[in-house]
Amino acid sequence: MAYLEGKNLVASYGVVPILHECSVEVEKGELAVIVGPNGAGKSTVMRVLLGMLNATSGSVTLDGKDISMLSTQDRISHGLAFVPQTKNVFPSMTVEENLQMGGFIRQDDINQTIEEVYALFPILYDKRKQLAEQLSGGQRQQVAFGRAMMTKPSIMLLDEPTAGVSPIVMDEIFSNILDVRNAGMAVLMVEQNAQQALNIADKGYVLVSGRNEHTGTGKELINNSEVRKKFLGG
Amino acid sequence: MTSDSVDIINAFALLTNFVLLPALSYGSQLALGALAVTLVYSVLRFSNFAQGDSMAFGTMIVILLTSFMISRGWTISGIPTALLVIPIAIVFTSMYLLTMDRLIYRHYRKIKAKSITIVMSSIGVMFVTGGIVRFVLGATAQKFEDGERFIFSVREFKAYTGLEQGIAFKTSQFLTITIAFLLVAFVFYFLQKTKTGKAMRAYSDNKELALLSGIDPDKMVQITWLLVAALTTIAGALYGLDKGFAPQQYHLLLLPIFASVIVGGIGSPIGAIAGAFLVAFSEILLTYAYKKFLIYLLPLSMHPSSLVQLIGTEYKYAISFVILVIVLLIKPTGLFKGKVIVDE
Amino acid sequence: MNNLNNIWQSYRAIITFSLMGFVLLFVGFNQSWALVIGIINMSLISAIMALGVNIQWGYAGLFNVGIMGFAALGGVSVVLISQQPVTEAIDVGGIKMLFALALGAATIAAGVLLNRRGVNKWLISLIVVIGYLFTRFYFSEASKLIEKVDPAITGYLGGFGLPIMLSWIVGGLAAAGAAWWIGKITLSLRSDYLAIATLGISEIIIYVIKNEDWFVRGLKNVYGLQRPVPYEVDMQKSEWLQNIVAWIHRSELQLLSQSEQISKLSDYVREASVVFVKLSYSGLFLLILIAFIMLSNLALNSPWGRKVRAIRDNEVAASAMGKNITRQHLQIFVIGSAIVGVAGALLVTYDGIFIPTAYQPLRFTFLIWVMVIVGGSGNNLGSVLGAFIMWFIWIQSGPIGLWAVEMLGNYVQEGNTSLEFIEDRVHYLRLIFMGSIMLLIMRFSPGGILPEKNKEL
Repeated sequence: MAYLEGKNLVASYGVVPILHECSVEVEKGELAVIVGPNGAGKSTVMRVLLGMLNATSGSVTLDGKDISMLSTQDRISHGLAFVPQTKNVFPSMTVEENLQMGGFIRQDDINQTIEEVYALFPILYDKRKQLAEQLSGGQRQQVAFGRAMMTKPSIMLLDEPTAGVSPIVMDEIFSNILDVRNAGMAVLMVEQNAQQALNIADKGYVLVSGRNEHTGTGKELINNSEVRKKFLGG
Repeated sequence: MTSDSVDIINAFALLTNFVLLPALSYGSQLALGALAVTLVYSVLRFSNFAQGDSMAFGTMIVILLTSFMISRGWTISGIPTALLVIPIAIVFTSMYLLTMDRLIYRHYRKIKAKSITIVMSSIGVMFVTGGIVRFVLGATAQKFEDGERFIFSVREFKAYTGLEQGIAFKTSQFLTITIAFLLVAFVFYFLQKTKTGKAMRAYSDNKELALLSGIDPDKMVQITWLLVAALTTIAGALYGLDKGFAPQQYHLLLLPIFASVIVGGIGSPIGAIAGAFLVAFSEILLTYAYKKFLIYLLPLSMHPSSLVQLIGTEYKYAISFVILVIVLLIKPTGLFKGKVIVDE
Repeated sequence: MNNLNNIWQSYRAIITFSLMGFVLLFVGFNQSWALVIGIINMSLISAIMALGVNIQWGYAGLFNVGIMGFAALGGVSVVLISQQPVTEAIDVGGIKMLFALALGAATIAAGVLLNRRGVNKWLISLIVVIGYLFTRFYFSEASKLIEKVDPAITGYLGGFGLPIMLSWIVGGLAAAGAAWWIGKITLSLRSDYLAIATLGISEIIIYVIKNEDWFVRGLKNVYGLQRPVPYEVDMQKSEWLQNIVAWIHRSELQLLSQSEQISKLSDYVREASVVFVKLSYSGLFLLILIAFIMLSNLALNSPWGRKVRAIRDNEVAASAMGKNITRQHLQIFVIGSAIVGVAGALLVTYDGIFIPTAYQPLRFTFLIWVMVIVGGSGNNLGSVLGAFIMWFIWIQSGPIGLWAVEMLGNYVQEGNTSLEFIEDRVHYLRLIFMGSIMLLIMRFSPGGILPEKNKEL
């Protein structure tokens, strides 16, 4: 059984069905990517895994334990962390305060973890007293990652981390993501830039209308002619 | 006014007595109210029209407890009894505000109603609260100050300094300025330095992310109302000690309070306080009759015959409104860049 | 059961209006017809006011907390248009006052113009301050002179002595002007700024009316306003009314002796004349209400109205389509306030007396809002229904409260202080009662009695 597993998830917004028996899984030290056209339900998968939206059927397990019934906050204290696509920092708080808020639920000393984040993203140390809203897009994304890492999660969920950024910043962000994975975490992300994301992914899911259309390693999917034609623009 | 000479010292003693001290205490009272409005706005995201009447509610509790204490003879000489009962009054006001939140505002948070809908419900709360206060205490003005009236009186001041123009420092003014200062310092310390205070700011900044960080929204809302209750009760009690209690006057405090908040930049705590003093000083400087002041400063031949009052006292609420309009015209974000919350 | 529910759904308006009608008939038969027609008249005026507010809230989501102020502007217009000029006051202070006001206007205009030219801010401030000081000097001189003229009866400039019906239009225009000014400042900003600004302006309007005696006599009130309908005394002399009354009561009158007949008949005629005058008002108000409803329905079905609805239903999409929302909102705000102004003028006309202290936010702003919400926000007919229901409750809640206290008194000993206490304060319960109705409806039935389709609160 994989570390985090969402199995046969069915979910809807009101009466509009979004997910039909969709499954994803990710191991520790692995980067899994969900790609697919707009409205395929990619972000919904994340919301269901996090408990921000309740699945009508299916299960979510973490390290073999069923967490389907837990609230978002409980899932976070069990090791899940999430970086939303937009509004992923506290803009009028300093970088350091953002990190402190990330570790809000921890009872132990969080300074050690803050140091680790600074070690991973040295620029944040220099800007620790600045307000998050004053940072550049890439730096802000680092704050967002850093905040999510403050709970010392075992798995990170990222919702379109490169949406709306320039190609240079995108490379920077992808390299940040690889750093996070190499630190031993499981990473599951939803991406619009399918080509680049699959390039660095260990595992990929192609979602269409809330169903698993293709599954495989990043390389396999890139080389799959059907996937290429339909989703990667040739 | 015996001599023809220019008398700067007495002129400024006069201004201290009739402008500076009253404006400082009025400004402090407004600042506490404005801070309460700012907290509600930042965390609960609506302009609370019930603030003035909530202050009347808190003061009502203070008055009831005060008269109870006095009837039992449980007083400490020299200290206004109202001061002793404020902590208990805060508990009652918190209970009231939390009940209102539970019965009314929580529903609109849950259905993610537009902020204007919540504003409207706060007007409902305003009328209910005002009704309760008037039902219990009546609508007429009353005083509830006891204990020592002055830190030093005009007579004492004159005897001490030998000046012709005396300055009186009322106990209520001293208490207002000191308590307001301490309370504001506490609120800022709380928001900037404590974990819970930071969490409150985080919640106000980005609700969804606060949730993802494990911050409990219900707890944040409750703490906000507790702070608001403390600010509201203390502001109301201090205003009442200073100027007496009248429900209609408290209701109308809404205008200068909103003016303070908007002048300072809505959602900015520092702005709210700066705005409160700006409004208070404008109001008192513009409605003060400068006749005596000018008589001190000008030679006999130029002594004014009229009151030299820029605006009649009856229009003091118009001053807040005019300030409000000017700010909205020139710089809608206020002096300190406020937070503009849009419907999500 | 299901069937009944369907009928209720499709004939909601008819059923509720008929019920209201029955209640009024009941009061008419049991108490007095003059009372019922009085209630109807006040309901009609309130309905017009509620209609104006409903246009603002229902069509554009604008929250007007200053209804009282706009209504008061209407009331002021009645005095200024219909009262006879006080020539003596005009002679002593008219020119001076005019000069002071012109000076004030010139100062403001100079400030605005110079600001546009980019002149140094301090210089502008100086000019404005000096201008203000001069204005204030002449102004207080003039008002003192005017207020000295026979203060017990006049002490003000009076009005233009024009027909009172003209003041209804002027009242609408005055309210529209104030609304335009407020809207211009606040409508491009956050939605609650409008609420705060309207609250402020309405309080200030009332302060001005109460304090400026030279203007509309302040707290001294203005009595004996013109009437658009005949006086009761004149009606009692008219033969046709006597004939009608005699015919209605013919069977009863036949049984009486000659002298009894005459005294009884004159009683009936007196009563009939009151009813007739009130009915004439009802006719006028009803005509105006219907005209406003028809106009607003026409407007809503015009291309302009389609734009309004497009913006209302989806502000984001409409603004993406390049529709200027702020301008649209300003138009709606001005129109709605103008209607409130007209209603305010009608109210003072109907009262025949102008009393500044009658302007209470609870009665004028809040009660009207409750009418709109109870009736069904966004629905014009709903506002009318809400006006009838809430006015009826408002009028009856005073007596009912007192009755309740009396009933309570039967069980409590004589001279009980707590009872006197409640008797003294019972009218404040209205605040609590009305506030609770508003909160309950908003919470549990946000659509009101006649919900507007496709409209979310």
